[in-house]
Amino acid sequence: MVDATHGHDAHAAEFPDAELYHPRSWWTKYVFSQDAKVIAIQYASTALAIGFVALALSWVMRMQLAFPGFLEFVDANAYYQAITVHGMVMVIYLITALFLGGFGNYLIPLMLGARDMVFPYVNMLSYWTYLLAVLVLVASFFAPGGPTGAGWTLYPPQAILSNTPGQQAGIILMLVSLILFVIGFTMGGLNYIVTVLQARARGMTLMRMPLTIWGIFIATVMAMLAFPALFVACVMMLFDRLLGTSFFMPALVEMGEHLSYGGGSPILFQHLFWFFGHPEVYIVALPAFGIVSDLISTHARKNIFGYRMMVWALVIIGALSFVVWAHHMYVSGMNPWFGFFFATTTLIIAVPTAIKVYNWVLTLWRGDIHFTLPMLFALGFIVTFVNGGLTGLFLGNVVVDVPLSDTMFVVAHFHMVMGVAPILVIFGAIYHWYPKVTGRMLDQTLGLIHFWITFVGAYLIFFPMHYLGIMGVPRRYFESQDISFLPPSAHDLNVFITVCALIVGAAQMVFVFNLIWSIRHGKPAGGNPWRATTLEWQTPETPPAHGNFGRELPVVYRWAYDYSVPGAAEDFIPQNQPGGAPPHKEGSE
Amino acid sequence: MTVVLMFFAMLAGLAGWWLARQRLTAKPWLEQGVLDGVPDFQLSHDPAKRTGLSFLLAVIGALFTLVIGAWFMRSDFGDWRALPIPEILWANTGALILSSIALEYSQWAVRRGDLLRVRIGLVAAALFAVLFVLGQLEAWWQLYSAGFFVAGNPANSFFYLVTGLHGLHILGGLIALVWAIAKAWTAEQADTVRLKVELGATYWLFMLFVWMVLFALLNGWIGEFVAFCQSLIS
Ligand code: HEM
Ligand SMILES: [Cu+2]
Repeated sequence: MVDATHGHDAHAAEFPDAELYHPRSWWTKYVFSQDAKVIAIQYASTALAIGFVALALSWVMRMQLAFPGFLEFVDANAYYQAITVHGMVMVIYLITALFLGGFGNYLIPLMLGARDMVFPYVNMLSYWTYLLAVLVLVASFFAPGGPTGAGWTLYPPQAILSNTPGQQAGIILMLVSLILFVIGFTMGGLNYIVTVLQARARGMTLMRMPLTIWGIFIATVMAMLAFPALFVACVMMLFDRLLGTSFFMPALVEMGEHLSYGGGSPILFQHLFWFFGHPEVYIVALPAFGIVSDLISTHARKNIFGYRMMVWALVIIGALSFVVWAHHMYVSGMNPWFGFFFATTTLIIAVPTAIKVYNWVLTLWRGDIHFTLPMLFALGFIVTFVNGGLTGLFLGNVVVDVPLSDTMFVVAHFHMVMGVAPILVIFGAIYHWYPKVTGRMLDQTLGLIHFWITFVGAYLIFFPMHYLGIMGVPRRYFESQDISFLPPSAHDLNVFITVCALIVGAAQMVFVFNLIWSIRHGKPAGGNPWRATTLEWQTPETPPAHGNFGRELPVVYRWAYDYSVPGAAEDFIPQNQPGGAPPHKEGSE
Repeated sequence: MTVVLMFFAMLAGLAGWWLARQRLTAKPWLEQGVLDGVPDFQLSHDPAKRTGLSFLLAVIGALFTLVIGAWFMRSDFGDWRALPIPEILWANTGALILSSIALEYSQWAVRRGDLLRVRIGLVAAALFAVLFVLGQLEAWWQLYSAGFFVAGNPANSFFYLVTGLHGLHILGGLIALVWAIAKAWTAEQADTVRLKVELGATYWLFMLFVWMVLFALLNGWIGEFVAFCQSLIS
């Protein structure tokens, strides 16, 4: 609350026109708040908190792989449980929730010049449902038998068989938690979509929206259509587990006894799961794409190269990602023609993705690059993403995928593209927008330490894993030492990876310390420290007060990328500044 | 799989049609000033709720389409034994139709500003909907008593699953309906509940449509129809 010029309570009378909700007490202002900014912070803190649980689980796994037996409580079962919860939390409860619930809530109204989301009450319910989902998941740690160890894909039949850890309660809690997550997300998603469509400020055409909003918007639309598949899969599996139906469960003999299941189709589950699962990869990628575009444009003081193509690419990627799901099932057996179709669509997606990469590079080309923390993280993202994308092209081919399937190569690949890359963007985005949220800058030195350790460390962790994979180290094995075809050097590599993972983990503590310490002790940021053009930096107060824009809503006169316009007084022109500058002549498309 | 692809192709078509009208080929770096033809959203909140409902319906549609897709995949397996459809489902269908008609009536009354008829329509709609839900429970009970348990056969499982999911959506709608009735009771003018009634009527029509599709599916008509089409082609 640094340069808040006047108190919040005055606002009730300030904009009588807007049907804005006004908090009456401390509880409705900070806890059961309907203000998207507060909800955003709630979403983000919850996601980061549960994300740290997932990080701690990755340490447990890495300790086990490098020093088997060192952590006494880790047996094969505990290892599976750690993998499962780690994967699920990272993908869904951390990254998805943080991008859409966190950044979506904070940025959509502010960047579009709206006072709030269109359905604030539903928005609040969305957060509380999400919190409930997280708590149900956490509860499974304390349930008899612990959390489920079925792998984050939860493939039946083994997910609900008794030799899988967490079969008693863990799997039930996991499914219930996912069902709650989908419900909560749908409530939030309706808000994000309709706010983008119907609450933009005057003059904010779709083609003037910052790419951040485009990314979040398309990702939300995709999530709304993909999550029902997860929902259906979870409900049906819950039936199988609780009521003994056989949607997915084939006839099985377990410990000499015939189970009552029969005739069900595990492949059906895989279809449903990947119908959700593949779009999910892009649901975490598209917001990252959007945010990175804005970060590099702002911090290189240049307009984004090929804005239109960037928008179209987002739309095309979003649409295509619904018709590629079966590439995860090459090893499940399918008609080879289907295999061919899905391999083709998979490779086609590479085209719009490559266009985006070129456009980022061309934006940077001869830009006035400021090596601020957001810029460093954005550059880190681009490098990592290209890298992970190349290994993805290998896996997209049926012939290459079959031998590498289920090895550490796959683990390395998806950690690069959907783990490290989006996380780097999340960090970059936090360094970028933290000054708006709190009014103070994050500490630069701590930030640099955080960046270099995380970026270099992530490479040291995941690069060697490619080699392990090619050597044939399988994934989801809780120890690989006894595998005869592996040379002893494979183990040394494992130790090295683990040490790096611990160091990278420790660096995240520096980040958390920075987040907390800077709330009070950071350098005051002022309203627009990055000299950025978009509307959230033009609010009359920082942090923005309830209602965001004071008495008058902004009017938008230009696109979001008027940086270094020739002849302009400053090297940026805010979107809400009328008239003036000559149009761009070169370098736009 | 085909049903799912068809449904998503339809959504993609709608999205494409909408996007095609959004000036996505504009060159924003050349345009300055406030553009013409851009709606000013500050004027009213109502369209937001309408848009919200259409997206909600798309999500619910996706949900049921996926269940139906799963139904087709699973019913190809040898252990599928279709179960007898209780007669009462016909009566339930009737109740749901009447409920929808009552809401249409209420909507018509809103337009005429006739608050009394709005209330009558809403209450009638709610009563018929309750009747529908009770009827569905009775259908479950009849099947259960006749020995068609959830886990007995995949056909049974799917029957309980789809009717259950649909019933939950009707219950959700009922909550909204009760809320609308409460509003209509304290309202002074019909116009105050206009939006609620209109949105409710749309939702109800949609759920009626979903039910019709499910009912045809449960009776095996869709399967027969598909087989008939295939015989035409070959
Ligand atoms: C320092 C950071 C991280 C480390 C050290 C790490 C480590 C690991 C390890 C050791 C495994 C198990 C490999 C195996 O034996 O199969 C794993 C699995 C996985 N991780 Fe990470 N991870 C990290 C961050 C992330 C992030 C950010 C994501 C977000 C997408 C992520 C998503 C997953 C997924 C989806 C799995 C697969 C789970 C499964 O097989 O069911 N991880 N990770
Ligand atoms: Cu995929």
